Amino acid sequence: MEPHTFLKRFPPLLFLGILPAIPAAAQQAAPSNFSFASGEALTWMLLIFMLAMLFAVLVLKQKVSNARNSYKKKNAGEQARQLEEHTRHLNSEQIGKLIELKKHCGRATAILLLLFTAALSVMPAGSLLAQNAGAPAKSSLLSETGILITIVLLVLPILAAIIILIAKVMNTLDQARNQRNLEEAGKLAAHLRALPEEMIDTELRKRKAALDYKLSHRELSGTQTAADEKGLLHLNGETGLPIVALKKKALPRPNIDPALSRLICWYLGFAAFWLLFGTTVGEYVGIKFVAPDADHVSWLSFGRLRPVHTNAVFWGWASLGMLGLGYYVVPRVSNTKLANIRYGWYALGLINAAVVLGTVCLMAGVNNGGGEYREYIWPVMVLFAAGIVFTLVSFLRTIARRATKEIYISNWYIVASIIFAIVITVVAYVPYWQNGLGETIVQGYYMHQGVGMWFMLFTLGIVYYFLPQQLNKPIYSYSLGILAFWTQILFYTLIGTHHFVFSSIPWWLQTVAIVGSAGMAIPVIAGTTNFLMTFKGAWYKVKDSYTLPFFLVGIVFYFTGSMQGTAEAFRNTNLIWHFTDFTVAHSHLTMYGIICFFLWAGIYAIVPRLTGKEAPQITIGAHFWLALIGLMFYTVPLMYGSTLKGLMWIEGKPFIESVVMMAPYWLWRAIGGSLMWLSHLFFAYNMYKMMTNTYVVDVRETAIQKLHDSTVPAQPIV
Amino acid sequence: MEFFDNHKKLFGAATVFFVGLTILVAIMPAVRNQENNQPLPDAVPLNAQAVRGKAVFVANGCVACHTQQVRNVDMDKTWGSRPSLAADYAGFTRTDAWRNTATLMGTERTGPDLTDVGNRQPSRDWNLVHLYNPRIVVGESIMPAYTWLFDIKKEPDTSDVVVNVPAKYLHGEEGKVIATQDALDLIVYLQSLKQAKLPDGTEAPAFLYKKEEKKKTGDGKAAPDGMALYTASCQSCHQANGEGLPGAFPALKASPVVTGDNLELYVDIILNGYDARPEYGVMPPVGANMEWTEYEVAAVINHERSSWGNNAKQVTPEEIRKIMDFVKQKTAR
Repeated sequence: MEPHTFLKRFPPLLFLGILPAIPAAAQQAAPSNFSFASGEALTWMLLIFMLAMLFAVLVLKQKVSNARNSYKKKNAGEQARQLEEHTRHLNSEQIGKLIELKKHCGRATAILLLLFTAALSVMPAGSLLAQNAGAPAKSSLLSETGILITIVLLVLPILAAIIILIAKVMNTLDQARNQRNLEEAGKLAAHLRALPEEMIDTELRKRKAALDYKLSHRELSGTQTAADEKGLLHLNGETGLPIVALKKKALPRPNIDPALSRLICWYLGFAAFWLLFGTTVGEYVGIKFVAPDADHVSWLSFGRLRPVHTNAVFWGWASLGMLGLGYYVVPRVSNTKLANIRYGWYALGLINAAVVLGTVCLMAGVNNGGGEYREYIWPVMVLFAAGIVFTLVSFLRTIARRATKEIYISNWYIVASIIFAIVITVVAYVPYWQNGLGETIVQGYYMHQGVGMWFMLFTLGIVYYFLPQQLNKPIYSYSLGILAFWTQILFYTLIGTHHFVFSSIPWWLQTVAIVGSAGMAIPVIAGTTNFLMTFKGAWYKVKDSYTLPFFLVGIVFYFTGSMQGTAEAFRNTNLIWHFTDFTVAHSHLTMYGIICFFLWAGIYAIVPRLTGKEAPQITIGAHFWLALIGLMFYTVPLMYGSTLKGLMWIEGKPFIESVVMMAPYWLWRAIGGSLMWLSHLFFAYNMYKMMTNTYVVDVRETAIQKLHDSTVPAQPIV
Repeated sequence: MEFFDNHKKLFGAATVFFVGLTILVAIMPAVRNQENNQPLPDAVPLNAQAVRGKAVFVANGCVACHTQQVRNVDMDKTWGSRPSLAADYAGFTRTDAWRNTATLMGTERTGPDLTDVGNRQPSRDWNLVHLYNPRIVVGESIMPAYTWLFDIKKEPDTSDVVVNVPAKYLHGEEGKVIATQDALDLIVYLQSLKQAKLPDGTEAPAFLYKKEEKKKTGDGKAAPDGMALYTASCQSCHQANGEGLPGAFPALKASPVVTGDNLELYVDIILNGYDARPEYGVMPPVGANMEWTEYEVAAVINHERSSWGNNAKQVTPEEIRKIMDFVKQKTAR
């Protein structure tokens, strides 16, 4: 089979990014006829699912057989050997403690209790997992919406059950292992107690001396200091083969109210969930540009899912992410406790409820009338608004009781952005000025203030706190921050209607918007300068840190993305780019390149400090690079293609030709989107690693602890 | 500074500043536009069915890809005879207690603009087939297929509107495709989208950024491109290969009307439409809708007569002018 037809038949492969170098395949004039209702797709999904199951079963089997082996009755000799083994491997500190304990041994009367005796019978996990999602029904039936929905409804809980089952089994096995280790520790403790005195004196002491033996590190160099008079020595501290560059560890922060830290973790956890959900939808919507017949289900049609994607990432991911970080920053820079922690929980519940309800409404075909980001109907949006009102009250009270004289600039940005978000929501949803073109004027105002005054302003506040913190030096210029604050309000408020240049809204209003867009250069350049100058003299820290690269990317896109917005607003460029996918590329360059990267930077900076746990460096790296490369694959082809599209329109070419011309660029967008989506899987995994507690009982450490507990009598209460 | 260290003053000032600007650039212009514009006298308000159709249009998020605004720039000439005006939107008010006004101007043009689609594409048959699956009639289209707006019946009633869908797109299902009420409503809405005429004596605003005209004919007028006209106005039914769609739209390849000598019938069909044969859909008056002159008609005829293996005599605009006058007289009678 030649690759061309192969790809045509199995387009899902393209999105997996397995074969990224196939732009030629997309030159086909007609869109792909791939459909999820087709037999092929089902076969593929089933195959992937079976592979995943097989993998899970193999892993479980391995775990179970390990567990079973260790449960097998060991003969006495073997057991003794194992205890000997443990004894031999005690480290110096442990031996020290043991010797110490043995001294008290005579007085000790405690009896060792073996607390855990139950042995868990291991579930025959494999047989349970064999239940599958069920064989596919006849494919003609599968094009029926009702049947499809039913199947999905049936399969979802089964899948969830399987996943939960696997997790439970893993968990049980881990518990069993820990229990075993505890038992073994008990035995070891008994064994150690029974060790004869002479052995303590001779062997263990010897062993300890051996373990404690250290080289002086001067055996070869002698005691004279080396002189490198010719400057020949270049010492590299790194040894071994580092797969990822070694970065500095996050330091646990003392004195964070555990209640607050719990709240923040929940905010950020939900944010990560909505990111994953929203971008999964976005990814699917992007795929529909290449395979428009992927499904014929009303709830999943393009026009309904597109706003589901935008609203979920706006109000779910970005808003909750910002607020979560805000709940950390506001009390911290006020040097006081958060005023109303309960309000934070209310806000979290309300905002989540808004996104869930809004998503269901949009998919059911209930929307507000089609204005972008204003698709949620007012009863849904009122929940969101209530959520940020609670937050505002809590933040204002916190700032009112601040222990510092000045209000740190972060709080200017954060609190102002919440006030402005409430104002724009009211303006957007109050009906008195929404008839005829009034709706359009308000729409232009709302959609741009939403991004500029809510997301951008809030995120800047977060950066003004976390960037200096991560660089461990103060912000370069406080006054530049103040200049950027006021000029952002002045210019950004004006620019909304640049989304309707050449439309029938008043010409003067369009001109004001264009002038305002040009004025945006002032806050953007002020902000960028401020951030980059803060890096001055600390650039070397970038390579040692896994948060600073996120900040750096965010700053670069803050400058380029925002200035691109200015460039797009002019009438001449509007002529080419308006109505094309250039707008889509621009909004991803900014909402993703700026907002998401800054949020990730903040999250990776703060969560380890709250939980004391870090994500593996390699998966943080994977997240960073996939997101960045994916974003480039997403935006650059779209910008290039849509420029060509605009030129074709100016030339008066038939519309459908511009659709055909875009096909390869849309494919690249889907590939870039897939990489971005993949990076979010890594992000979700990292969040999991940073937030969950998994620990393994250390046999030796516990044994010593047990001995210690049983030997040292409890202090009598005086 | 004391001012910046007082949270009431600081946030109060920022709020007043922002709200003041908001009133200036959003609320006041919005209120003024709402108060000072009236629908054009010739504008036809949506009937009850079209209102229902608009609700279907809104519910399915069609505005994500289809704009409804002809901008005052030259390239938007394709989408309407004049730039859209504030008056065109003045009749729109709040939808209901739950939903805001839907002017549906849109910000993305992934699909064609729909301001004047009622004139450009008035055929119900074409619209229904296209809605069932756009790729039946436009192979390159990436528009979603709205199959859930249709039923499949073994034995359609006489009142049912049957849509001619090729077997390939039924995916093995047996029976006839029937348009649901939602689909019919939506089509009525689309058919009602027509630019209202300006009152006599009112001059439409100019289209800006005019393209430099390249090809000039003897009398200084640009010769229209027959192929482009065909692609824009004819191809969606008769297809790029001129073979039409069996059971829905007739072929122009080797068509006796196209290649024969009866120019009068040919020109009449292009200008005023055709509904002589029950097995095909009704052809709308494309030429009259698009206000074609003899130059456009001649260009289209010459393109159709020299494509897809057709090889018939070419015509001149002068010749067509005479026939058009004759046809017009005949229609008047």
